[in-house]
Amino acid sequence: MFGLDKKDTKFLLIVMFLTLATPILLQPFPEGSGLAQFNAGYPDLMQRFAIFGIFAIGFNILFGLTGYLSFGHAAFLGVGSYSTVWMFKLLSMNVLPGLVLAVIMSGIFAFLIGFVSLRRSGIYFSILTLAFAQMSFNLAYSVLTPITNGETGLQVYASDPQYLMGEDALTTTHLFGFAMNKSLKLPVGSWEFTFNFGYYFCAIIAIVAFYVSLRIFRSPFGMMLRAIKTNQNRLMYTGINTRPYMLAAFVISGMYAGLAGGLLASMDPLAGAERMQWTASGEVVLMTILGGAGTLMGPILGAGFIKYFENIFSKINDNVLHGWFNWLPDGLEDAIVWLIHPFVGKGWHLTLGMLFMLVVIFLPGGLVEGGSRIKNWLKRNKQPKPNDDDHQPKHVAHVAEKEEF
Amino acid sequence: MGILEVQNVNKHFGGLHALNNVNLNVEEGKVHAIIGPNGAGKSTFLNCLIGKLAPDTGSVMFQGQPVLGKKPHEINQMGISRVFQTPEIFSDLSVFENVMIPCFAKRDGSFMLNALKRVKRETDIREQAEQMLIDVNMQDKLHMEASSLSRGDKRRLEMAMCLAQDPKLLLLDEPTAGMARADTNATIDLLKHIGETRGITKVIIEHDMHVVFSLAETISVLAQGAIIAEGLPEDIKGHPKVREAYLGEAEV
Repeated sequence: MFGLDKKDTKFLLIVMFLTLATPILLQPFPEGSGLAQFNAGYPDLMQRFAIFGIFAIGFNILFGLTGYLSFGHAAFLGVGSYSTVWMFKLLSMNVLPGLVLAVIMSGIFAFLIGFVSLRRSGIYFSILTLAFAQMSFNLAYSVLTPITNGETGLQVYASDPQYLMGEDALTTTHLFGFAMNKSLKLPVGSWEFTFNFGYYFCAIIAIVAFYVSLRIFRSPFGMMLRAIKTNQNRLMYTGINTRPYMLAAFVISGMYAGLAGGLLASMDPLAGAERMQWTASGEVVLMTILGGAGTLMGPILGAGFIKYFENIFSKINDNVLHGWFNWLPDGLEDAIVWLIHPFVGKGWHLTLGMLFMLVVIFLPGGLVEGGSRIKNWLKRNKQPKPNDDDHQPKHVAHVAEKEEF
Repeated sequence: MGILEVQNVNKHFGGLHALNNVNLNVEEGKVHAIIGPNGAGKSTFLNCLIGKLAPDTGSVMFQGQPVLGKKPHEINQMGISRVFQTPEIFSDLSVFENVMIPCFAKRDGSFMLNALKRVKRETDIREQAEQMLIDVNMQDKLHMEASSLSRGDKRRLEMAMCLAQDPKLLLLDEPTAGMARADTNATIDLLKHIGETRGITKVIIEHDMHVVFSLAETISVLAQGAIIAEGLPEDIKGHPKVREAYLGEAEV
């Protein structure tokens, strides 16, 4: 189905199911219970999961397949956001023209930046991309104020022309009249599920983005990109011009980033220069490595993980901690809260950093590798002695197999 | 006229005159060996042929077309393939994929944005690659990761990759270096076998005289950057200059 073999179709269907059922899956705890704050099924966060999932999937096409580590992908995210907001300002609040322009503009930017940066490889490539992204950030922040509105950030004002805006058109972002912020709240027992149009819009685009990346992974083009990662020299002496392959991968992943940026602006019609800052570029690198670079599922997991931490762990402040441990004797309660305090709330970065170190050291293949290790371990426990090499061939490490988890 | 004509190639590395007016004429369909003691400039010469190094002066013509100044992939697309001294393969990919890549390079050229095609549906490429692996007797290792192969198998894989492109000229840089005797003989057989069926011109750089005299139809001797002798194997064996260059090192 969809031009995929059986295994991949199954994989895609699982991803589709998980994405579409997110509003339910991420809301496992009943409202009002002590654990409800770990629920992540609210629209704003779910949209971020999908959007940063797209960002990371695109980044993985470049970094995961070719091994070229771009440290400036946030620039394309920013370009996408600015383009979309400009379309809101000039045309109407319909997100479609904005997203199209976001993809085109980020593609052009990626072509220009990639054309120069890809003359170098390794650390020099990373530094070049970082330099370009910081240049973009600084331009957006100061010099290009007429286009980017500088520090304040670009937003839609009532005085904007909005040439295609109808008389009674929506003033919030929408797709042909369906408002992005429209939600259906469905209470089931003590649970409450929120089905948000904006989330589903992002989710469907994310599924398409994932599908395209799956096809790229399985294509001769994807195979060439993996060959670049393992031995670029041999590829050149095999008659392949590696530069256009790299550039194509760079542009494709830049367009993914632009799409993600456009979606960010579509959910909340704002674009600020900080979206282009190097921390934002670093974040997508973390997502990809945390989840598992070069695997299909890894970047999505990584994106979800980091966004979850950012939004949920950061909300656990001292009051919440005292609430949890108030059954302990006073002195002990304070001691434990004091101990945990640096790792939650504003200190969530510390937990994330430690988790990242643990993953890099013990699971170089990321969370996906962790998943497949658990799976293998369960399998081994189920069948104690396979001892039948023909029917249980030894597992041969193979790139294409890494993504089953 | 030969398939490969090298004229007055010079290359300096600082004060070292690595190649001194090298002339070489390789005839089509022949196996041409280049021998010489260590540091004679054999690898430098080969690197000049494939565009890895640019010689200071001189010209290299392949089938009447200039080679110098072209990029490595362009030279390869002209029909020149090279086997390296240490096997250069895609170690993270499977053996099968390793051979499919040159098949794609041959069919689709140096660049094609076939991002939405499926490797699984490329039946002709898959068949070609499989046949190639059968030819080098590696069909049972199809799905192994290339990095897990033995050294001899890596060499055979690299050769399969080069042959999969059906090159007109195959450059082999010490194809049997570091191989056991049995593997060496198998490689000699393989090279002879493909020579007969495909008529590929081969230029071999080799230390092992056993290999040289089993395969070569013409031998050029390179010493201190210059060709000091050229001729049929029988002639080279007794050539006084060659004996001198090797100082009795080789049992010729």
